[in-house]
Amino acid sequence: MTIDQLSIFVENKPGHLMEITETLGNAGIDLRALSIGDTAEFGVLRLIVNDPGKALDILHDAGFVVSITQVLAVSLNDTPGSLGKILRVIANAGINIEYMYAFVTQKSVGAYAVFRVEDNDAALADLRRHGVDTVSLNDTL
Amino acid sequence: MKYFTPDIECAPHEKMRVLQSERLVKIVRNAYDAVPYYREIMDKKDVTPEDIRSVDDLDKLPFLSKDYLREAYPYKLLATPRSHVVRIQSTSGTTGKRIVAFYTQGDIDKWDECCARAIVAAGGTCDDVVHVSYGYGLFTGGPGLNGGSHMLGSMTLPMSSGNTDRQIQFMCDLGSTILCCTPSYASYLAESVISKGALDKITLKAGIFGAESWSEEMRRDIEAKLGIKAYDIYGLTEISGPGVSFECSEQTGMHINEDYFLPEIIDPHTEETLPDGVEGELVFTTLAKEAFPVLRYRTRDLCALSRKPCSCGRTLVKMSKLKGRTDDMLIIRGVNVFPSQIETVLLREGYSPNYLIVVDRVNHTDTFEVQVELTPEMFSDTVKQNSQREKKLVDAMRSMLGISSKMSLVAPRSIVRSEGKAVRVIDKRKI
Repeated sequence: MTIDQLSIFVENKPGHLMEITETLGNAGIDLRALSIGDTAEFGVLRLIVNDPGKALDILHDAGFVVSITQVLAVSLNDTPGSLGKILRVIANAGINIEYMYAFVTQKSVGAYAVFRVEDNDAALADLRRHGVDTVSLNDTL
Repeated sequence: MKYFTPDIECAPHEKMRVLQSERLVKIVRNAYDAVPYYREIMDKKDVTPEDIRSVDDLDKLPFLSKDYLREAYPYKLLATPRSHVVRIQSTSGTTGKRIVAFYTQGDIDKWDECCARAIVAAGGTCDDVVHVSYGYGLFTGGPGLNGGSHMLGSMTLPMSSGNTDRQIQFMCDLGSTILCCTPSYASYLAESVISKGALDKITLKAGIFGAESWSEEMRRDIEAKLGIKAYDIYGLTEISGPGVSFECSEQTGMHINEDYFLPEIIDPHTEETLPDGVEGELVFTTLAKEAFPVLRYRTRDLCALSRKPCSCGRTLVKMSKLKGRTDDMLIIRGVNVFPSQIETVLLREGYSPNYLIVVDRVNHTDTFEVQVELTPEMFSDTVKQNSQREKKLVDAMRSMLGISSKMSLVAPRSIVRSEGKAVRVIDKRKI
């Protein structure tokens, strides 16, 4: 199973990131996780939010360049070494990670890692074969 | 209705030359007698009105430069008593001092006729609703197309530029069929119509876009977005205004109203006259202007002439789409760069037509940056793909221009939209 990530273009100028997050905050969108990929010229903001469909509409109407990307989210034990185990499975399967980030929730389950890979279906099958389950957006709430 | 003035627009070349020669002889005589400046420069070149007997004698006449038109401000080139003048128009003066041009009622009527020919060539009839979003006032765009539309008998909407919401409202409510404005404003209107969801409410079929040089790619973009056919139109205040030449259904260059404006192409350096098909600087001699006759005016516009038969049936000579005004040309690190070349690359690579060129000089070296608005289709969530796309654009730009540039992707709608002539270049160099 995959979850919806918002990918947003961030122009390289003061205040642009603030405008995006403020727009979402004013609309009552709750941020779960955040990561930024940057080049010298611009950034790509990636967000996991409680209501991606609504957030997409709001950002689009406000004139931002935004798209939805399917990513994989895996739950982790919040203990030393658990991310490494998952990464080993992915490495052994020969899956190339475009980017990843991790976040911690207040729920007992603890932590999640988010992966962007080229072929979601192949990656999902490999992970399942090694007993690693992906989670849904609701699981992270 | 296929032609507004078929006898002229489809006249055999030989008949046109006779008409041109008659008019040339008359206007040279008039200019020599009425304008001390023409007398002075002709005397200096040792040429008299008697030496000009046909269009073959044109190259005996001296050239008129833009600088002199500026110096002549305000009245030095006026060839009739002031009481015969009914109107003035003026250039924007952005590249220097203003130029003021004078019109008698006869001059206005001929100008209107030229614009009426252009509207008919774009498929217009008296049943059309002509929506004029060029600026009105000193700028010739609004008054020119307005007059042409009146002469044709079309319902004319004198919208002028600006207030885009109202433009779209009138377009929908009154059923505008032909839009007249600058290509950059047409592009902005298209974007606004689409974002308002009004595309199915407009009934436009054609656009007549001029006063700026624009690329073929920009034309296709506007045509696709608005579902219209887009026609180029050319003109300049010094010569009369829009309608000096206009495009027909073939869209392969603009027919010059050569019964009124006699064109030549010259090598801008040697001033030699060049044959048809060779690109050079466009020079015009007005053949019927009363108040403001202009002889061998160097326009600084670059194009080529063609007398090949046109499928539309007009025999009027055609000028190629302008590569750009030499005034618009940038010299960056010694290389000539036209904004229209940059526009071509951007649209070919799938970017938006909203861009800004910023030139500066840092440590004695020119810096050259193109800011372009990102569209959702061009955006990826991975840095790698975005960087690859940017690199592809930089490479395409280098192969077109021969120099490297910096591409900066900016947010949609962050580049200021123009309601008249677009500002495409910011040159910060202090030389």
